[in-house]
Amino acid sequence: MKKLKRVLALAVSLSMAVAIAACGKQETEEAGTEKPAGSTSVVYRTLDEIKESGTINIGVFSDKNPFGYVDENGDYQGYDVYFANRLGEDLGVEINYVSTEAANRIEYLQTGKVDVILANFTVTKERAEEVDFALPYMNVALGVVSPADNVIESLDNWNEGDEMIVISGTTAEPYLIENYPDIPLQKYDSYATAKNAMENGNGVAWANDNTEVIAFALQNEGYTVGIPTLGDQDTIAPAVSKGNETLLNWINDEIKLLGEEKFFHAAYEATLADTYGLDYEESLVVEGGGVQ
Amino acid sequence: MPDLGLEVLFKGKNMVRLLGGLWVALKISLLAVAISFPLGILLGALMTSKNPVVKGILRVYLEFVRIMPQLVLLFLIYFGSTKAFGWDLSGETAAVIVFVLWGTAEMSDLVRGALISIPIHQYESSEALGLSRAQTYLYIIIPQTVRRLVPLSINLITRMIKTTSLVLMIGVVEVLKVAQQIIEANRMASPNAAFGIYLTVFVLYFIACFPISMLSKHLERKWR
Repeated sequence: MKKLKRVLALAVSLSMAVAIAACGKQETEEAGTEKPAGSTSVVYRTLDEIKESGTINIGVFSDKNPFGYVDENGDYQGYDVYFANRLGEDLGVEINYVSTEAANRIEYLQTGKVDVILANFTVTKERAEEVDFALPYMNVALGVVSPADNVIESLDNWNEGDEMIVISGTTAEPYLIENYPDIPLQKYDSYATAKNAMENGNGVAWANDNTEVIAFALQNEGYTVGIPTLGDQDTIAPAVSKGNETLLNWINDEIKLLGEEKFFHAAYEATLADTYGLDYEESLVVEGGGVQ
Repeated sequence: MPDLGLEVLFKGKNMVRLLGGLWVALKISLLAVAISFPLGILLGALMTSKNPVVKGILRVYLEFVRIMPQLVLLFLIYFGSTKAFGWDLSGETAAVIVFVLWGTAEMSDLVRGALISIPIHQYESSEALGLSRAQTYLYIIIPQTVRRLVPLSINLITRMIKTTSLVLMIGVVEVLKVAQQIIEANRMASPNAAFGIYLTVFVLYFIACFPISMLSKHLERKWR
């Protein structure tokens, strides 16, 4: 009995040590101080390794209609997936789709658990330090929607008594505070409450991602997107693990090549046109990796 | 009758997908229960030991797992093990490991609590009757402990089943994730589907957990 106890204690303490070690590791990495990427081991798979294995792991959203979602037959669909399918086809490999969340996309690439992230991933400076972005395939910006009888087309000369609706935590909020400090904001916690406020006329306009306001104006009569793009244009791009150059270069070449056949316009028409209409095709699609 | 968007359930394979998701959730949680309960009983018995080292180590383990949110544990095991050791665990394996670690810790404390709740005179009376140590445990202590453990451990099992909703964060598509997928895929066609689908998920969890509660009731009655 005593011996058993000792063995058990040892096993438990070992597993604790492992857990704590993993924990400590995580912390230092999150602090992001001394982290020469891939110094210990290479986490990613090169282009040749992917081809050899016959499968590519692609992280996509599974619940962000119309960018990445799962249809009633259990198949992945959407703008991102349309592109992912083509990548797999041209690589000549099967695709293993991995359902990712906004909060774990970077982790997936840092651990090499997926080869590519195609999950409506907006290119930012902070993210570019953690992962490598390929050429963009879509634009995003802010947009402003307002009632059709009082369309707001410019944020200059703002009426003092009017208020702008925003959702807390979206990029619209800090942008407006910084660039238009005189505009009073009405902040809501969720899409649903902001939508209600808009419909009740609590504010004169609503600022949000332009894809969101465009979809809102199309689905609800009596609203017009007076400002379809506001502020800096951001882009959406595929991302690979930091340092995975062979795969990155291949994707970049592929995006350029697909530009010649207007692939992303076709993708837009197949997947996004139902939600956003054809009017926004030119402003949302980035073809061949070039931003206008 | 308000429009619950229940027609979405009968589109394509949606119902089968939801049931498949429930199966994933049950597979992870029940496998974890099967592994962690025996381990928890063993550790729980060890926790009552007089050896301060054993007690200390188990205490630290218990507190560590209990304080750490399950989501953090999932990230630690799934991503952390790859970063630290280069292990490539699948999402489901990582989920089972986390649920075993968690279930073992919680179960051991339940067992410890049940064991020390047996009054000392039970031991003393057994000794007076001439029972050996093994006999004392087998006939006197363990039967009483088990009875006290039943409601507590049923509670833990149902909690483990419900907590599987977190594993969607490590890429495992279980019932709640399928529900979100169905709701989002039909955002335009059936905007009311969210309510109906979540209602269905509620019913599915209920169907999974209710028999376990019934079993607990049955056992309690039988052993009264």
